[in-house]
Amino acid sequence: MTPDYTPNEMMTITAARALKNEDVVFVGIGMPSAAANLARLTHAPGITLIYESGTLATRPTVLPLSIGDGELCETALTTVSVPEMFRYWLQGGRISVGFLGGAQIDKFANLNTTVVGSYDKPKVRLPGGGGAPEIATSCGEIFIIMAQSRRGFVGKLDFVTSLGHGEGGKHRERLGVKTKGPTRLVTDLCIFEPDPESREMTVVSIHPGVTRAQIQDNTGWTVRYAAKVAETPPPGAHELAVLRQLHARTAKAHGQAA
Amino acid sequence: MARVLALAEAVEAIVRDGDSVAMEGFTHLIPHAAGHEIIRQGRKHLTLIRMTPDILYDQLIGMGCADKLVFSWGGNPGVGSLYRLRDAVENGWPHRLEIEEHSHAAMANAYEAGAAGLPFAVLRGYIGTDLPDVNPKIRRVTCPYTGEVLATVPAHRPDVAIIHALKADREGNVLLAGILGVQKEAVLAARRALVTVEEVVDDFGPRSLNACILPSWTVAAIAVVPGGAFPSYAQGYYRRFNAFYKEWDGIARERATFLAWMKENVLAKTPDAFATHVRAAGGGVTS
Repeated sequence: MTPDYTPNEMMTITAARALKNEDVVFVGIGMPSAAANLARLTHAPGITLIYESGTLATRPTVLPLSIGDGELCETALTTVSVPEMFRYWLQGGRISVGFLGGAQIDKFANLNTTVVGSYDKPKVRLPGGGGAPEIATSCGEIFIIMAQSRRGFVGKLDFVTSLGHGEGGKHRERLGVKTKGPTRLVTDLCIFEPDPESREMTVVSIHPGVTRAQIQDNTGWTVRYAAKVAETPPPGAHELAVLRQLHARTAKAHGQAA
Repeated sequence: MARVLALAEAVEAIVRDGDSVAMEGFTHLIPHAAGHEIIRQGRKHLTLIRMTPDILYDQLIGMGCADKLVFSWGGNPGVGSLYRLRDAVENGWPHRLEIEEHSHAAMANAYEAGAAGLPFAVLRGYIGTDLPDVNPKIRRVTCPYTGEVLATVPAHRPDVAIIHALKADREGNVLLAGILGVQKEAVLAARRALVTVEEVVDDFGPRSLNACILPSWTVAAIAVVPGGAFPSYAQGYYRRFNAFYKEWDGIARERATFLAWMKENVLAKTPDAFATHVRAAGGGVTS
């Protein structure tokens, strides 16, 4: 039977479910933004979404293409300057969840968004860290959303842009970091959570129809599984409908001049 | 006191070869018209500073105006790469570009320190990242009160800040609203500031008691350029032209298409083109 949803929809909806109504979320653009707004439009209407452009508690009707679309400002409770955003709100410890993506991730959920290859002579120059290096250590916990592939899920990062669990174990604590770091990694195939001791990202739930072989084939390290592995509930009809309407509104808005 | 000048005269007077220049704007109010004028006037050896270099800096880098880029995120927001920036870093075209890379938090703090007249900024940042390994300006200091080790970066003190604002009044005061980014800090950190505005009004009229206004005496020159932020936007005047950001991906990917586009749309144009772009994109959409 062909499922009536795409792996991308499965990933976005699964990530959205991880967010709670009382969360204050620092939202990255792209998939994190889609998931965070889906949460707001379904089970978490009271969720506070914050974008680094300074918009506090924003409720966009369409997904922003950039981190600072007018839509975000017009639907925000208030908009603060960027220095204030990073100093008072992020560094000040007011954010419960940071929601990130990346180009490369390793088994301890460290992220690379800087370069592929060497820094001085990169094969691919990626955009860079932006807010991520401090989001990774200042938010209460970090959720990561990334489609799985050998290219992205690598044994060793070319560059550590933002800290996950470092080299594992109590590495964050040794660096003086008091926040939890990546507690959940949602992909198009499964859900990873850190092992309580080693902090290695470990599969705790597999999406319907996905095999362990498929997960391993798309991961550059030997994948570990929790003692009990669940099957991720498939997208509900309402979740799918709301997500598709959101994407349709967005496509219409961005395709047009205004 | 701010002098009101035509954009070409303002750039001529304010921006010199070899200057460090911060053309700021966090998605909103990006000073595209002023950047194009710098390209037309053939400024060279600039150190470009900006948190989020996007299309405008891609254009300046691709046209060979910059020797160095100080930044924290260099991409086409929501679209992907800046191909001219990548070509400069990956292949040295049109020439080698030195980069000094930070995080957003550090850049914002560095502008604030510059505006506050401090030599450096301090933040709880750069923990566990490789950035300090590739940027020797990122250092550490121990808090004299708690013993906590914190990150430091030097203050930004650009020779020139260039921003686009909504309006100026007859006295040369400048008003911003909406997403403010780091523009106020950039202007107050800089030695000279050039502001382009959508319009000049007799009086700002009713406004928030806490409106973001840069007094006339903090700005060296003002140029009136309606549409001057396009394809970025000006809150209440026109929306971000997201379709062009997507289009830029195709234009900038190859050197030849890039150069042809620049010739036709920048070198052969004047600042008046910006008002035309806004009209063509659906006019003065207000919000």
